[in-house]
Amino acid sequence: MLTEKAFVLGCSAIGAGLAMIAGIGPGIGEGYAVGKTIESIARQPEAKGDCTRTMFIGVAMAESTGIYAFVVALILMFANPFIGKL
Amino acid sequence: MDGIGQGPKVVFTLPIFGGIDITETIVIGWLIIVAVLLVCLYLTKGLSKKPTKKRQIVAEMFVGFVNNMVDTTMGKKWKRYAPYIATLLVYAVLGALVSLLGLRSMTADFNVPLTWALMTFILITYHKIRAGGVLGYAKGFASPIPVMLPLNLLSEVATPLSMAFRMFGNISGGAVITTLIYSALAGLSKLIHLSFEIGGIGLNAGQLFIPAVLSVYFDLFSGCIQAYIFATLTMVYVSSAADEGE
Repeated sequence: MLTEKAFVLGCSAIGAGLAMIAGIGPGIGEGYAVGKTIESIARQPEAKGDCTRTMFIGVAMAESTGIYAFVVALILMFANPFIGKL
Repeated sequence: MDGIGQGPKVVFTLPIFGGIDITETIVIGWLIIVAVLLVCLYLTKGLSKKPTKKRQIVAEMFVGFVNNMVDTTMGKKWKRYAPYIATLLVYAVLGALVSLLGLRSMTADFNVPLTWALMTFILITYHKIRAGGVLGYAKGFASPIPVMLPLNLLSEVATPLSMAFRMFGNISGGAVITTLIYSALAGLSKLIHLSFEIGGIGLNAGQLFIPAVLSVYFDLFSGCIQAYIFATLTMVYVSSAADEGE
């Protein structure tokens, strides 16, 4: 017998999993940024410090979307707002 | 699975203003403050012009590192921000690394990074108003065309929020992932009969070394990098806010 609560909980778990698909975007973006940084360091090894610093800021920016998705998944798993609406 | 998905525990309640909850986060925060104070007092004891003691060299290395960071990111005239950035850096690194001692990470509580991000937001607003005046600050929201007003307002609010979420998400994400892997390893070692019981204490062979390797990335590396990024972003935002009005 499928109760209402079980249905909402199951759907929330699926939603949390779907939200984490957003991890693909930052993964590709960060890999691209790091690859380009390595390229530029290989071309100009004396600019290593600057390149690395700028890369870290950019990577942190690119990571934001992944983090938002993760926060959404956390909310769905541990602080489910839909249970209270039953 | 216990410990994840729950906020910090309430240690005790102050009996004023109808009861203020003192959580783990606040207690650990004050422990870190006391520890940093003691370390600073120790490192700066008996300074001499030519460093002879090891501890003075360590202290000078750290101060030089932060000064260099502020110089290269913000420029020479922003040197007065070095102490604030150093404080942020030390507090954030130690706040994330206390989890190695078995305590709860301070930055895994959303209130902590949000507070720091709000401090950065106040600094940004202060420098924008100082550079362009109140009128220039208000005008900045309607540029380049007045239609952009809601978008500009949104991006203004998004700055501190994204900074806070980034830090919180990274640290608590690491905690969640290591806990999940830890419990998964327990199930795995039970499955391949590598789980023993010695004197009533269960022991899973799979849990012995693998979590330590993951902890190096999720706790050590992630904690340090996030602290560095938070400090760098603070510097970039503040200095660009001051340059905007000129």
